[in-house]
Amino acid sequence: MTRPRSEGSRTATSPPPSASLRAPRGRGLKEQLIRGLFLLCGLSAVAITLLTAWTFVQGSLLFFREVSPAEFLGSIRWAPLTVPQSYGVLALIADTLVITGIALLVALPLGILSAVFLSEYASERARRLLKPVLEVLAGVPTVVYGFFALRFVTPLLQGTVLPDLGFWNGLSAGIVMGFMILPLVASLSEDVLYAVPRSLREGAYALGATKFEVIWKVVLPAGFSGIGAAFILAMSRAIGETMIVALAAGRTPAWPPDPTEPMMTLTTTIVNIATGDHEATAFIWSALFAIGLLLFVTTLVLNIASYFIVKRYRERYE
Amino acid sequence: MAPTPLDTRTETEALAQRREELQGLEPAVVAPSEPPVLQTRDLSIWYGSQRALDRVTLDLPARRVTAIIGPSGCGKSTFLRALNRMNDLIPGVRTEGEVLFHGQNIYAKGVDPVEVRRRIGMVFQKPNPFPKSIYENVAFGLRINGYRDRLDERVEEALRRAALWDEVKDFLHKKSGLDLSGGQQQRLCIARALAVQPEVLLMDEPASALDPIATARIEDLIHELKEEVTIVIVTHNMQQAARVSDYTAFLYLGRLVEFGPTAQLFENPIRKQTEDYITGKFG
Repeated sequence: MTRPRSEGSRTATSPPPSASLRAPRGRGLKEQLIRGLFLLCGLSAVAITLLTAWTFVQGSLLFFREVSPAEFLGSIRWAPLTVPQSYGVLALIADTLVITGIALLVALPLGILSAVFLSEYASERARRLLKPVLEVLAGVPTVVYGFFALRFVTPLLQGTVLPDLGFWNGLSAGIVMGFMILPLVASLSEDVLYAVPRSLREGAYALGATKFEVIWKVVLPAGFSGIGAAFILAMSRAIGETMIVALAAGRTPAWPPDPTEPMMTLTTTIVNIATGDHEATAFIWSALFAIGLLLFVTTLVLNIASYFIVKRYRERYE
Repeated sequence: MAPTPLDTRTETEALAQRREELQGLEPAVVAPSEPPVLQTRDLSIWYGSQRALDRVTLDLPARRVTAIIGPSGCGKSTFLRALNRMNDLIPGVRTEGEVLFHGQNIYAKGVDPVEVRRRIGMVFQKPNPFPKSIYENVAFGLRINGYRDRLDERVEEALRRAALWDEVKDFLHKKSGLDLSGGQQQRLCIARALAVQPEVLLMDEPASALDPIATARIEDLIHELKEEVTIVIVTHNMQQAARVSDYTAFLYLGRLVEFGPTAQLFENPIRKQTEDYITGKFG
């Protein structure tokens, strides 16, 4: 705001040598205010995170007064609505991990191989064209993925390799969830591979390495920690995913966790009770908060782990 | 510092004049007496539509050090990289003419650049060790070339030849190549290249990123290596060329201006451009 004025005076006549070098009145205060405003915006993300954490801790206090964390985490049976009630999430954790595992099994090889293709084999033009297409996959609403799993993948599997597959099952949900996190894995891995310095590749080529040897023995190992970070982020995304599993995996915890059977993840459990027409007591709500807290802590830990892995990777070439 | 219009004009005029002088001028070549390992025949290279190298014909003598000198952008790195087909890796590069390795054109149909590079190694301007242990850096070339036995022995031998063994022998597996100093990294890269027993070692300004002491060590190393290996070194440092090489080629504007024994080229250059360059009149 002050620019036109000061420039105007400068072009009209250059200021006399005795002109004051002091700031105009109020400038300092304005700068302070602006700084404060930005600080506030920056802090809001932190505040929201802390508030969320606090809400979950507060909300689950009632639950943990009755049920010990050992029983919560160590018991298999989740039955908050039937007598005798039981609040074990071990089966839910197992189901969550199995579905996440299936998703990663689909997304990791596909994602890393697409990343290798985009970064090493595709022409610059193909790369510029394909990468946005891949990222479009990330923008598909998860409810669409869920419906796709339920109405397309499950019938497809039933009609071909697994005739006994349940209408609801963990397998289709896991596979489709793999498609959902594929762009995340591919895009992050591609960035990592593309960032491996050219000089490293040339060093390997100059020793008589083939293109495959350069990729397999130099580029991929150099990008290993970055790909590891992508893996962890994808995992935390898969653990927190709700809509696909709610639609396609069912609402019954499977123990032992068999992906051809209906499965219930931690997230579906919350959806199930929070949206169901059962009369949920304050205590059951508190149990949901406990599950929420578990999810929150898990994904937080995974995200922090990925942050440190990425940081370590960055230090490598600088 | 923006040049004044006057500076720019005289600069351009001087360049145009030198370009003119080069036209139709045959390179002044004093042929080496040693048998050649690598020979280029009318080697021309284009980046897209821009010609970086213009019909260079040169014989590189066996077990000698040949320095390629010339101002920035004269095509010396391009020339060097053409000798083991590293230019193939850059999109849009077109090569014409021949590079003969023991009389065989490495650009001929059916020649695999991978095989060429296994025989003609390269050390780069900026040390580029792999983010692996010191041992694995040297063993890399051995492994991909199918050596399975006596790896430890070969790694040690390569590190000794690169005068690095004594400094790193205690933490071969523990330290990464990136933990070493710049000069050590460059010697590691030389060891890595030597491990696969190349006949020719191409060095692209190998000391330009190093301090004077590390530079001196690399130069000593070059002296020792030429007993067994043919070395072609690109440098923008004329003192270095004079110190390490037996033969020197002066490239300018993509053309070979003069080639001959180093002492002669520096003391009694045949061409005026060579004299102007080595006496610092332009560059």
